[in-house]
Amino acid sequence: MEKPLTQHIVPGRKPLNLQEYEKVGGYQSVRKVLKEMTPQEVQTLVKDSNLRGRGGAGFNTGLKWSFVPMGDDAATPKYLVANADEMEPGTFKDRVLLEGNPHQLIEGMIVSAYAIQASISYVFMRWAYKLAAKEITQAIHEAYDAGYLGKNILGSGFDLEMHLHTGVGRYMCGEETALLNALEGKRANPRAKPPFPQVSGLFGKPTIVNNVETLCNIPHIINKGAEWFKKLGLTEDAGTKLYGVSGRVKTPGCWELPMGTTIRELLEVHAGGMQDGYLFKGLLPGGASTDFLVEEHLDLPMDYPSIQNAGSRMGTGTMIILDDQTCPVGFVHNLQHFFAQESCGFCTPCREGLPWVEKILLALDRGEGKPEHLLTLDFHTKYLGPGNTFCALAPGAMEPLQSALKYFREDFERHIHEHHCPWSKTTAWQPST
Amino acid sequence: MLTTEEKYQIDHEISLVPTPKNACIEALKIVQHSHGWVSDESLKDVADYVGMSTAELDSVATFYNLIFRRPVGRHVILLCDSISCYVMGYEDIRNKLFEKLSIKYGQTTADGRFTLLPNCCLGTCDCAPALMIDNDLYRNLTVEQLDEILMKYT
Repeated sequence: MEKPLTQHIVPGRKPLNLQEYEKVGGYQSVRKVLKEMTPQEVQTLVKDSNLRGRGGAGFNTGLKWSFVPMGDDAATPKYLVANADEMEPGTFKDRVLLEGNPHQLIEGMIVSAYAIQASISYVFMRWAYKLAAKEITQAIHEAYDAGYLGKNILGSGFDLEMHLHTGVGRYMCGEETALLNALEGKRANPRAKPPFPQVSGLFGKPTIVNNVETLCNIPHIINKGAEWFKKLGLTEDAGTKLYGVSGRVKTPGCWELPMGTTIRELLEVHAGGMQDGYLFKGLLPGGASTDFLVEEHLDLPMDYPSIQNAGSRMGTGTMIILDDQTCPVGFVHNLQHFFAQESCGFCTPCREGLPWVEKILLALDRGEGKPEHLLTLDFHTKYLGPGNTFCALAPGAMEPLQSALKYFREDFERHIHEHHCPWSKTTAWQPST
Repeated sequence: MLTTEEKYQIDHEISLVPTPKNACIEALKIVQHSHGWVSDESLKDVADYVGMSTAELDSVATFYNLIFRRPVGRHVILLCDSISCYVMGYEDIRNKLFEKLSIKYGQTTADGRFTLLPNCCLGTCDCAPALMIDNDLYRNLTVEQLDEILMKYT
């Protein structure tokens, strides 16, 4: 089984330095595109490979690039940003790539920048990734010294600067337009679209923001082609995917596997099944902002269309398991506390609605719930849904809530009728005390 | 007053962006790095230096949870309170820290040694529960390990 993204990553070992990375074929894709391919050809190849954004949205990467104005009339400088602000609760996949093989990301960024003719690039990394920041800083230095970054790269006439920017917190920064505001030294509120960042992004210039895992795929697609990449997937979705499982399983972790590996295989083979004494109850397939899936969905392939057809989203591909001994109301309460806290406060439904949801869940958790509370929660899942808020934060927050109300409604009702949380383990979850 | 060293570092950040204002978050980080937090006085110094009003800069500073606008202890404990750590029982860790340090979230120990803050997902969910103290990450935590971990910080 081919594992292009993680083939040179050994957990616990220092990542390859530039010379070691070159020895295993590193930076060949940079040489290839600078010598043999036009930016347009790179865009077309990536589009044809059907690489879809690994940050969660799943948009075709080459297609995203194709919206960047090209040619002499295009505004300059153009920017490329690697979104390394991995903050979706339950997600820990980009950390593996950043800590394990920083040169792979830099190589992917150089090729991607060339494809859109960007001359300045940023790695926007969350504050908490200290080791990753150290490794990326070192790797950027090495790449400058070797002439892969800076002016006139490998004598091609193509210039690219690269900077590491470490953030100072806030989940919102992962949203691409909010990220751009953060990079500009502003509050990380999302921006209205259009204009899309491809046309007017960082400092008003054409900008592409791609997820770390997305960018790490680029060198391999250049070297081995679109057809090879498509064949890596088991279903219609292309490539491999970094999948993760956390929660009460025997061996939680992150693994690179063919796109379309089933949930059951992830859960039972790679994660080793549930811990002794715990039963599976449900899962969030791709982070905190995805709808619950349950037992009946376990044989679904983890790819974009299959999970979407089941009423959820693959998101980041890192699953969080809900077991039978964790209170589903407490679980959802924890998620809604997170979203209420991380709302940027810009639009009213999100700023006011999420704390309301959180308060109701606290009341349920404490045994103070009333039957009409469930109707209020139902109401919020509609009015904080897509189209009613400025960005995707509140709709994302409603995904686990609406599906919990669907699959675990009896558990919500028990909290109300029994006037306490039926899970002895979980007394009321009180975030502020 | 900004020190010469701080000004030198801020100037470097300003050189990378179109206008000085764009470097304001970096400037706040630089000041926080030397003082541990951003006081009203430091905020005004930075605002003057990058050409912003203090109100505008404070609206940026208070948006970001890791810019500290109140004094913190010598070490900051960030305890992950997100979903995987919740499932794996971070509340036991939290309660033990409350008890050992005699503080709650947002407070600093009487000796100025630790400030305890909740933090959202630290991105190490396969090794939950987790916390960070300053730049150090601790994973697969049990309450029994806490004494030994805390002892490393004076």
